[in-house]
Amino acid sequence: MSNFEYALAPESTAILNIAPQYGLFIGGKFVDSKSQQFFSTINPATEKVISQISLATEADVDFAVASARTAYNKVWSKLSAAERGKYLFRIARILQERAREFAVLETLDNGKPIRESRDVDVPLSAAHFFYHAGWADKLSHAGFGSDPKPHGVVAQIIPWNFPLLMLAWKVAPALATGNTVVLKPAETTPMTALLFAEVCQQAGLPDGVVNIVTGDGSTGALLVNHPDVDKIAFTGSTSVGKAIARAVSGTKKSLTLELGGKAANIVFDDAPIDETVEGIVNGIFFNQGHVCCAGSRLLVQENVSDQILEKLKHRMSQIRVGDPMDKNTDLGAINSSEQLARINELANSGDAEGAERWSPACELPTTGFWYPPTIFTGVTQAHRIAREEIFGPVLSVLTFRTPQEAIEKANNTPYGLSAGVWSDKGSRILWASQRLRAGVIWANTFNKFDPASPFGGYKESGWGREGGRHGLAAYVKGGK
Amino acid sequence: MIIDGSESSLRHFLGNLPAVDQVGADSRAAMLATRSIKTASKKWAIDLAISMVDLTTLEGADTPGKVKALCTKAVRPDPMDSSVPSVGAVCVYNDMVKIARTQLDAIGGGAIHVAAVTTAFPSGRASIEVKRQDTQDAINNGATEIDMVIDRGAFLSGNLGKVFDEIVLIKSLCGDRAHLKVILETGELVTYDNVRKASYLAMLAGADFIKTSTGKIAPAATAPVVLVMLEAVRDFYQLSGRRIGVKPAGGIRNTKDAIKQLVLVNETAGPEWLKPSLFRIGASALLNDLLMQRMKMREGFYSSPNYVTLD
Amino acid sequence: MRIDVKKTYKLYIGGAFPRSESGRVYEINDAEGNFLANPSLASRKDLRDSVVSARNAFGGWSGATEYNRGQVLYRVAELMEGRTFQFAEEIAALEGVNFKNAKSQVEAAIDCWVWYAGWCDKIASVSGSTNSVSGPFYNFTVPESLGVVGIFAGQQSALLGLVAGLAPVLTGGNTAVVIASEKYPLPAITLSEVLATSDVPAGVVNILTGSSAELAPWLGSHMDIDGIDLSGLSKKEEAEVRLAGVENLKRIFRFNDSNSLARVQAFMENKTVWHPIGV
Repeated sequence: MSNFEYALAPESTAILNIAPQYGLFIGGKFVDSKSQQFFSTINPATEKVISQISLATEADVDFAVASARTAYNKVWSKLSAAERGKYLFRIARILQERAREFAVLETLDNGKPIRESRDVDVPLSAAHFFYHAGWADKLSHAGFGSDPKPHGVVAQIIPWNFPLLMLAWKVAPALATGNTVVLKPAETTPMTALLFAEVCQQAGLPDGVVNIVTGDGSTGALLVNHPDVDKIAFTGSTSVGKAIARAVSGTKKSLTLELGGKAANIVFDDAPIDETVEGIVNGIFFNQGHVCCAGSRLLVQENVSDQILEKLKHRMSQIRVGDPMDKNTDLGAINSSEQLARINELANSGDAEGAERWSPACELPTTGFWYPPTIFTGVTQAHRIAREEIFGPVLSVLTFRTPQEAIEKANNTPYGLSAGVWSDKGSRILWASQRLRAGVIWANTFNKFDPASPFGGYKESGWGREGGRHGLAAYVKGGK
Repeated sequence: MIIDGSESSLRHFLGNLPAVDQVGADSRAAMLATRSIKTASKKWAIDLAISMVDLTTLEGADTPGKVKALCTKAVRPDPMDSSVPSVGAVCVYNDMVKIARTQLDAIGGGAIHVAAVTTAFPSGRASIEVKRQDTQDAINNGATEIDMVIDRGAFLSGNLGKVFDEIVLIKSLCGDRAHLKVILETGELVTYDNVRKASYLAMLAGADFIKTSTGKIAPAATAPVVLVMLEAVRDFYQLSGRRIGVKPAGGIRNTKDAIKQLVLVNETAGPEWLKPSLFRIGASALLNDLLMQRMKMREGFYSSPNYVTLD
Repeated sequence: MRIDVKKTYKLYIGGAFPRSESGRVYEINDAEGNFLANPSLASRKDLRDSVVSARNAFGGWSGATEYNRGQVLYRVAELMEGRTFQFAEEIAALEGVNFKNAKSQVEAAIDCWVWYAGWCDKIASVSGSTNSVSGPFYNFTVPESLGVVGIFAGQQSALLGLVAGLAPVLTGGNTAVVIASEKYPLPAITLSEVLATSDVPAGVVNILTGSSAELAPWLGSHMDIDGIDLSGLSKKEEAEVRLAGVENLKRIFRFNDSNSLARVQAFMENKTVWHPIGV
């Protein structure tokens, strides 16, 4: 052996106990869907079917909302805040105890590398429950008045890119503030939500406080339009977010949205170069680029762009693409054939519009959905790949000459979720942070998340924040 | 010529090196530490690590007996298994060089280098004449590798030219008789920016290797420090066409740590550096742990310290 | 006998007092039905021009120090105080209330400016936070100005409704396009005269008189407006504006209290910054 070829280090799936089919989790129990319709969820790395998932239709959604309403009226709203918090602590602990199982299942269903589900998704999910558990009996100190009230029944619709983590971001604050929940996981990634249902059972959470209805967009629409839902929280695409906002606009329902982005990652010429290259890689290739806040537009100061690109290409050639279950994999599978088609379509537009494509030589598996790490250089603000969210491992590289120009280009988008700034100069970092029109600014880092840190966007990237004290506002009456 | 050796040219060059972000470097090193090395790769990595060990004894209590025993171990680390490679070098104080060289030659270890720590190791606090003599003695006694320390006091007080000139002088003594390893003592330089500057300073002055530490100061060869040094040799190669070696020393005590070092090398400087001529690990206790892991892989059950030699 | 010199009530856009580009006016009578004035009936193009001037003024106003903004807002109160009599007369005539009542409305409006002026440099302390993240980062959240805010001023009280909408929007560093009370527009124009002679930069406040129903859909759908205070709209108009506002996800709110921190917070975005801590 001349090269240091790491041998396969696959995480075992033996730990999982997957049923051939799943019902809906309503009123504390798994129940058959009224329609008895099922759809398959597959492993995107192999295209093998994992299980058959129930498709919730109108009667099921009615049942779930009614069960949440009953739990709210009869149990949850009567429980003291301190006791409510204890249930969240229990959930957090069980998530930690079963962390490995959750990580393996997440990777199986989503296609993300086990290193990320193990080191990011699952521990952060547990952390979110811990964090919000402590808020439950301290809400009078959170800046929403002396006795903030919950909305009641909350409908939550989450995406496929961080299935368990988005569940935690939604469910933990909703429960901490005293709401009950009907959650709809994404069509392609329902598995960890169904496992979370078991956690609720193990935690002894009162029946109906959390209900999980699986399905597709039609299930989500039923939930959004349900008359007995008080509040809706959605994470997903801007187009679906707007459709929900329209549906809700004439009603009394409260709505928070966490939508798309096209984040600028700005590299100044004094940036710590090696860490910057790491940050660029982490910004766009973390989770296959299936990240709403991904640093998908690299803005490099022109006098260092050659050097940065050379180092970036060298670094990209070390990215290990392949079996998500392998502990050494850096870039896993694209979540679905639909998403792969969308990435292809947009990347091809980059070719057609004259940008220059580069990917390192890498062998992609023959089954499953894959896309190599890719950068486009010579991109201008007018290119589609500089404007539209690709949601894949594709980076558009643009250059700038002065700090002012960097800010102008960075802000020249209807989105405003996140941005990155790379510089060794503290004053310059804060100068840029102040001027970037985005809800989260990462300085000399990227794609960092924490339950204590509010997350959410300016402009068309959404309404409201998740996490931190500010995130609680979404789940109390009168909160902004 | 990248620099002309003057204080101002050094200051200019080192001052223009890109900064290191501590948080970013720490997190990159931590991520690489999660690499999982299994089966055939692990076996290969253990043997490679053994061949990279600079088996070291640097104690006031060192005796000829102790050094001879160390040499025996260096040639044949596992007396029961001749397939175990020899280590890269034996590393001693300069008064032990002749004993080590003689012993190694006598037991078939002629290919194993004797490395001598010189220049008033570990503090480096001596006149240049003493440092010259210290080094000259070691070479005369048969050292083929010189592990010198830089003058950290001069570095920290901004006297970069003094540091540079000392390395140039010691390098000239080494000539083609010995390889020069320059110890930065990163635990005293503290910041990663300083580690990067000192790495370049040493390379520009003619170091064949840059080495983290004396082993007498903690922290020593932490993963992010080695990462920064590996980045430096990688980039210096781009600049000069010369591959400089890296030697972490101090704190690498078990197989897991050693393999993490190899992963750092593989993914930072690149696989070209994965050989004893470009990467060494300064250690004493590490070798036995590597041997025990090797036994575990061969036998399929865990070994005990009773089955590796204590010298 | 001297003939009064009557005021021509015009729009206030970009620091100037133009007539409506449409040339339209509408008749305003006092509470007894006597003619008072022919204010401009603003068109959608006047709205468009107002948004342009508000957007142009945004960088300077949001970039001013909070201390400076507080002083500017307090200066508005100072100048209004000197015109108390004029405002009170207009209100009395329009709303048919007695002078004492009208004067107390003016005083409430002045005090409202003072209340919000004091908030400018405190909102970040109250509304922002430093956040304990698990890692070597200094993480903080600060409220920032949202952008251009459209305001449908409360209809019930000609002056206080207007100030209660405008002052908190300016406190947060936003610029504004105000649709004055349709029935009682005159104090709004008098206020703009105050603003024009105060230290509020041109374009920061733009005031249109005319038909709320006509302007509402244009304001709701304008893609360069970031937020709307629709306190002055009917429920039916509100639904339309909310629907139209979805196109660029405007932040849309309705309020009841005149002095309320929530009014300031509503039109601010929370920005969270992660800054590394290392040597």
